[in-house]
Amino acid sequence: MTEMKHILRLYITGRTARSERAIANLHSICENELKGKYEMEVVDVLEQPQLAENEKILATPTLVKRLPPPLRRLIGDLSDIDKVILGLDIRTHDEQ
Amino acid sequence: MNTLIEIKDPGILGSGISKLVTGIGGLDHVGDGGLPRGRTTLVAGSAGSAKTVMAAQFLVQGIAMGEPGVFVTFEEKPEDIRRNMASFGWNIARWESEGTWAFVDVSTDVENERLEVGQYDLGALMARIEHAVRKTGARRVSVDSLGAIFSQLNEANVVRHEIHRICQVLKELEVTAIITSERVEEYGPIARYGVEEFVADNVIILRNILEEEKRRRTLEVLKFRGTTHHKGEFPFTVRPESGMVVMPLSAIELKQKSTMLRVSSGNDELDAMCQGGFFRDSIILVSGATGTGKTLMVTEFINGGAEKGERCLLFAFEESREQLFRNAIGWGVDFEKMEREGKLKVVCEYPEVMALEDHQLRMRRIIDEFKPNRIAVDSLSALERVSTYKGFREFVLGITSFIKHSEMSGLFTSTTPTLMGGTSITEAHISTITDSIILLRYVEILGEMRRGLTVLKMRGSMHDKSIREYVIDNQGMHIRQPFRKLSGILAGHPTQIHEQEIERLDKMFERDPLGPNNGGRG
Repeated sequence: MTEMKHILRLYITGRTARSERAIANLHSICENELKGKYEMEVVDVLEQPQLAENEKILATPTLVKRLPPPLRRLIGDLSDIDKVILGLDIRTHDEQ
Repeated sequence: MNTLIEIKDPGILGSGISKLVTGIGGLDHVGDGGLPRGRTTLVAGSAGSAKTVMAAQFLVQGIAMGEPGVFVTFEEKPEDIRRNMASFGWNIARWESEGTWAFVDVSTDVENERLEVGQYDLGALMARIEHAVRKTGARRVSVDSLGAIFSQLNEANVVRHEIHRICQVLKELEVTAIITSERVEEYGPIARYGVEEFVADNVIILRNILEEEKRRRTLEVLKFRGTTHHKGEFPFTVRPESGMVVMPLSAIELKQKSTMLRVSSGNDELDAMCQGGFFRDSIILVSGATGTGKTLMVTEFINGGAEKGERCLLFAFEESREQLFRNAIGWGVDFEKMEREGKLKVVCEYPEVMALEDHQLRMRRIIDEFKPNRIAVDSLSALERVSTYKGFREFVLGITSFIKHSEMSGLFTSTTPTLMGGTSITEAHISTITDSIILLRYVEILGEMRRGLTVLKMRGSMHDKSIREYVIDNQGMHIRQPFRKLSGILAGHPTQIHEQEIERLDKMFERDPLGPNNGGRG
């Protein structure tokens, strides 16, 4: 059975320390848990505010998991790694 | 001495806070020119106090004046707002396509779960507001409402801080903004979330009070920092055709133009008592018990105007159109013909059909449309039924000042609650505003009810001060001789005075060259 790829989009506001922290956290989680099975995109709302409007982004950083369903939004710098893994519906190594 | 004068620097006078004309009816007067320009005003109100309507209308009026607007909604979805505001005839979708209105939609989606996984701020929201303001060139921003944002996020401290930042951003964008906020009690604290202090340079409170079983909406400017406004609660109403309209009482300024021009009361004998008729720009109150001929006096007043080619407007709150027309025919006046000739407009309405604020608004609109020379209200006191004491006082003040400003003559009737003598609430409110007061009273003489009329006051003119008898027949009202041998008519207890007593009184005031000893003997 082939697993569905994780399609992730991270919204940030400018290259702030918090933004960088969120990007770094997301990178390490994806590399550790989803290696080769994810696509990730970073959107700076200062550059593309209309995208944020369309997606109704309120806070930043916001991580949107577009696939696999259900659509889910994680708000914050992703420092609570256990909660992020839970929120992204990632099956941990133990279960596999 | 000179130091006192030098405290004031005339150069700084113009650099204070200017006002933005909102265009919301009456609000600009209460706000002494509008809302503080380039600043944020908090609009606090309980549930159902028309906060969202005000927030939307603020933008609508702006668009009408060529100022685009941005609506930030935390609570209702844009599609709900578009639909709800359509009932005011506001086509938000069209303005959106024309680029003069933009939504920043922050309403909650139930299906979209949010999980908080670390630190965050509302940078995205700020970027979106800024984007929308720049995209539309907005001069006005409405944020509705503050409370809803707290229900969306867990970190109340972060939200508090961020709201402060949003206000900073709005200031930097040089827009004039309204932020709405919920209140729990009508007369409790303004703040509910502890952020109101940040934005509360300017605070407006909307109230929806239940008073004597009647709903009353009021608006109060609590503070405008660094600039002026009118104080106190002002009634307002929300109508499909006009949206929110505030009724400023303090608009009453005593600077009506007045002329010495006289107009006929429609009754020659009454004109004679008033030394040639009423003044043109004056308000006359006719007070009397039921059946004393108040409606007749109104009819003659209108007839007198129409004969001179004037336009007359009659608001009737007691009788139907048919009754009025039939009665008038009975007195030899043809209302139907006058209406056909465009000299008369009769508006009949039961007081109960709407709230008093709405009556006032409607009356103003009809007056504006018809532009009458004369206006009659029969009776003003019938409207007491649909209002609170306070509301009625505001109404009377509002409508009379409006009429006075429009340079018309107005005749109001007021029904006294008792048959003999007495005054009504109406008179208590209106007697100081009216220029003339005419009393119609029943007089009981030897077991017979007769009627007496007196001109109680007439500002700026001499007038007949006697109490005269009058009779009513199919030609109308006929004023006769003064009651000679009676006193206590106005108090409702007429007592006969004997011939001797009258002579004695006459003598008492006689200038008697022989000295005071001669007086007092019949």
